[in-house]
Amino acid sequence: MSGYSAEAKPRMGFFTDTSVCIGCKACEVACKEWNVIPEDGLVWTGESYDNTSTLGANSWRHVAFVEQREAARTDDDSEDPLRWLMSSDVCKHCTHAACLDVCPTGALFRTEFGTVVVQEDVCNGCGYCVPACPFGVLDKRHLPSKPGDAPLELPLLGKKEDGRVWKCTLCYDRLKGGHEPACAKACPTDSIQFGEVDELRERAHKRLEKLEAEGWNGAQLYLDGPEDGIGGGGAFFLLLDEPEVYGLPPDPVVTTKHLSEMWVTTAIAAAATVVGAALAFLGGRS
Amino acid sequence: MNSDCIVIMGSNMAENHPVGFQWVMEARERGAKVFHVDPRFTRTSAMATKHVGIRAGSDIAFLGGIVNYILEHDRWFDEYVKTYTNAPVIVSEEFKDTEDLDGVFSGWDPEQRQYDVTTWQYAETVVHGAAGQREEGFSGKGEQVGKGGGGAGLSHGEPPAEDPTLQHPRCVFQILKRHYARYTPEFVARTCGCSEADFLEVAEALCENSGRERTGAFAYAVGWTQHTVGVQMIRTACIIQLLLGNIGRPGGGIMALRGHASIQGSTDIPTLYNILPGYLPMPHTEHYGGLEGYIEATSSPGGWWGKMDTYVTSLLKAWWGAAATKENDFCFEYLPRIDDDNSNYWTVQQMLQGKVKGYVVVGENPAVGSANGKANRLALSKLDWLVVRDLVEIETASFWYDSPEIESGELKTEEIPTEVFFLPAASHVEKDGSFTNTQRLLQWHFKAVEPKHDCRSELWFYYHLGRKIRERLRGSEEKRDRPILDLTWHYPTQGEIEEPSAEAVIAEISGHDDTGQYLSGYKLLRADGTTRCGCWIYCGVFGDGENKAARKKPHWEQSYTALEWAWAWPANRRLLYNRASADPEGNPWSERKRYVWWDAEEKKWTGTDTPDFDEEKPPDYVPPDDATGPDAIRGDHPFIMQADGQGWLYVPQGLEDGPLPTHYEPHESPFSNPLYSQRANPRRQWNKDLPEDPYNPSDGEPGADEYPYVATTYRLTEHHTAGGMSRFSPYLSELQPAMFVEVHPDLARERKLEHGGWATIVTVRAAIEARVLVTDRVRPVNVNGRVCHQVGLPYHWGSRGLTTGGAANDLAHMALDPNVHIQEVKAFTCDIRPGRRPRGPRLPKFVAEIRERAR
Repeated sequence: MSGYSAEAKPRMGFFTDTSVCIGCKACEVACKEWNVIPEDGLVWTGESYDNTSTLGANSWRHVAFVEQREAARTDDDSEDPLRWLMSSDVCKHCTHAACLDVCPTGALFRTEFGTVVVQEDVCNGCGYCVPACPFGVLDKRHLPSKPGDAPLELPLLGKKEDGRVWKCTLCYDRLKGGHEPACAKACPTDSIQFGEVDELRERAHKRLEKLEAEGWNGAQLYLDGPEDGIGGGGAFFLLLDEPEVYGLPPDPVVTTKHLSEMWVTTAIAAAATVVGAALAFLGGRS
Repeated sequence: MNSDCIVIMGSNMAENHPVGFQWVMEARERGAKVFHVDPRFTRTSAMATKHVGIRAGSDIAFLGGIVNYILEHDRWFDEYVKTYTNAPVIVSEEFKDTEDLDGVFSGWDPEQRQYDVTTWQYAETVVHGAAGQREEGFSGKGEQVGKGGGGAGLSHGEPPAEDPTLQHPRCVFQILKRHYARYTPEFVARTCGCSEADFLEVAEALCENSGRERTGAFAYAVGWTQHTVGVQMIRTACIIQLLLGNIGRPGGGIMALRGHASIQGSTDIPTLYNILPGYLPMPHTEHYGGLEGYIEATSSPGGWWGKMDTYVTSLLKAWWGAAATKENDFCFEYLPRIDDDNSNYWTVQQMLQGKVKGYVVVGENPAVGSANGKANRLALSKLDWLVVRDLVEIETASFWYDSPEIESGELKTEEIPTEVFFLPAASHVEKDGSFTNTQRLLQWHFKAVEPKHDCRSELWFYYHLGRKIRERLRGSEEKRDRPILDLTWHYPTQGEIEEPSAEAVIAEISGHDDTGQYLSGYKLLRADGTTRCGCWIYCGVFGDGENKAARKKPHWEQSYTALEWAWAWPANRRLLYNRASADPEGNPWSERKRYVWWDAEEKKWTGTDTPDFDEEKPPDYVPPDDATGPDAIRGDHPFIMQADGQGWLYVPQGLEDGPLPTHYEPHESPFSNPLYSQRANPRRQWNKDLPEDPYNPSDGEPGADEYPYVATTYRLTEHHTAGGMSRFSPYLSELQPAMFVEVHPDLARERKLEHGGWATIVTVRAAIEARVLVTDRVRPVNVNGRVCHQVGLPYHWGSRGLTTGGAANDLAHMALDPNVHIQEVKAFTCDIRPGRRPRGPRLPKFVAEIRERAR
């Protein structure tokens, strides 16, 4: 890991195998308990059993529920088949992380484990990273929710004004102490697997082969390798349908990919403007 | 985990037992087939190899169909069935089946609504309910024979007549064949509403995955128990598993999934009114001349219930110590006696009649969790005093100011005489103690933090309550105070709050002898007063002075049975009746299913688990005529808690409602019984004349059309039972923040229900409202050519907490299973209408109007 030299650790991450996710949401609860994240609103959505809806400042794990009139396996010959996809989503800890690139304060940084973390005591809430994330993971916490409300009192942190950006830290504090992240620890079926990314990738490919041999419909890996637009996720997934079915972008690209070209273009445009203005000025003289 | 086929039925295992479900997932990953047979497509179905949708309450029809399939196609495990079960036993010629008597067994008394079981007996022998005649004296008051303990036992004397060829027309095997002959695939499909092909796939998979080389398992939970035929549903699975040879073998069995932590423990060291620790029957007023009479009545001539004298004497010694002597019957007279059915719903009915003065509610929220919530709340309002111990102020503690009856004006706070005491409880992280799980595993947990404020553990509460009562009684000369004053009540306490030592309690339960030596197991218990043991099946958990429940050696450092992880009762056995994992000669049935076997050289049983058999009893052992207790069990009879050592396909005694399971419709059903004119279980308990518990008319009765749908209640992963532990927690409430009702798109169209909108669900007892979740997962089924819609109702909500909503149990009734007095909340009828329910006094009016129309 660049910049860490001797302190660098192998890159750590998540492999989320949705084919064994039972949708218990233990990951969501364990994450909130460990990281002392406020409740995210008591809103019943009617979106199957998903009342979290999306990742955000106050939901760092989100289990999606997708009901489909489709067969789970090729050998299912039911007349009117049914399947219920469940998948626990999380910050992808991208290899090429746009949020890092755009953060002006250095609050966002890459840790010695290769993960991407916001430092809560540095973040000034500028919000540049929010549109930069191709997955919509980064989000500002707004407390209180209505003007005039008293500041929310958090159990361990006391009164907090906010407006800063919060997201999954891959339990940086637990990693430092030699523990696995809370969500992976709580997952009863090992749908969320934590480990060295290289090793997890290998495991994921073997798993895909097994599912393909067993005839699972739609089994595919998502963000599992360096070829994609973000250079692969530190957190990647085995899905049972196209990513967009789960609300994931099918072909994410690091939003800062064209930044250097954009700067060149901007510079050219700026130069052109200056030249043009100068010409106009000079022309006026003549 | 070792199963080749798992049928989950009457359970939503993935949602309600997610941690245990990891083993099902592991089995599936290894290639096991997993079936989920359930009215709804749940998170469990999503993980299963296949989901088969059936009508709620039709489980016996489905399972009976499997029994018939096994018998029709010669798929039973012949050697197992012939030696290990009572299939060859010949039954009395007076016995008449439901097939002969249009839906009742012989011995039915329509006046008393109960059975005389004498005609169900084996030919030429008398079977009596043992471990014990139990509560025989109460059969007139809704009590049954042979509860608790381990089934019934044969009386002394000749073994029953048997036909080893299974051909005798009155042998159990042939009776079974006749009884289930009409449960054809076509009948199953017509009654349950599934397809014949789906049914056959399950039946065939079970048969394929049974026998010497393979094993299959069932897993069930309250989806089976909460019916008026709940016990018989489980019994049908027992018949299947005995026929297929899947009991006592790795990967076999019938897993009773307990609802939450240590529910198993609370039946072992019971919170039930009719048993003492270790499933000893509670003595009652009408029987027994002292201890000797009790032992005589409750022991079994053969098997381990023959050692009843050692269990009960050691228990009495543990409770009354030095005061318990041979001369005074070890204080047997101090034990309370029961004189009636004192079960939960019976007590509620007594309350309604003003016959109960005080009520202590601990770890339960009957105002939300019990069937017919309104009747429960009205009952509370008739008490003089009520004590509620819980983590938060639950609806049972607040009924007097915020119940639906206060809103409707049916109750007025100022007119309720009940004095309510709310005592805050400590949670499991605030105290030491053990949980006993589904697998009978005692697992110790350590206190993480001190309880806050006035919150106290149960142990603290009862110890100090007892201590204070004893202080008040000190010096009393009254005879009635002796049982309390003579109790051994000396536990070391620690810390500022004087918390009693939980370890001292488990040591007392485990037991020691008169020299102070800790006992290593129940075989060491004696009847002469020289051993003390608070619960015989837990004997040895503190053997050698080591708290074995606290052992935490990881599984990768030992064999897969992990005998050094915690401790399982009895004797650290992980699999009961595991003698059956070997063939009659004592050899493993197969290499693949090797588990416990007879080592001919060492002359003892051995294996990967503690053998559940006398270690040195050879497989060819035949008991002498005068043998008693365990010695009376043959070397090839694995079921050592039964008097005859056999697995019972047919139950001659011990059940209230029949020796064989039969399909009956639920108490409330939109259908008639396709088999008999007898619609529902004739022996079910229901209230003819209790105005607080009226019933919806069923098929064929006038007004049945007013309540045309089948309702079923259930839990969600995100909440805990009646909500006391989840509705008050923001992290859980936000995950399921509203009461909702699950309906199929067709039903939504039929009743104009809008997804995300509101619906009102109505029975003759109550109406509640819920958000509408339209989903394909709750499918209508085709029953006898009629489409039957089912309505899914989670039951977690009430009037308090961060998320509030209608309580599904308000809709349910108090008709009960006759064996265990459990309510039928998994299948009853209802109507559903669009929109929110009427408010205030208009609500009871609305319910009454529909009821009037249905008359």
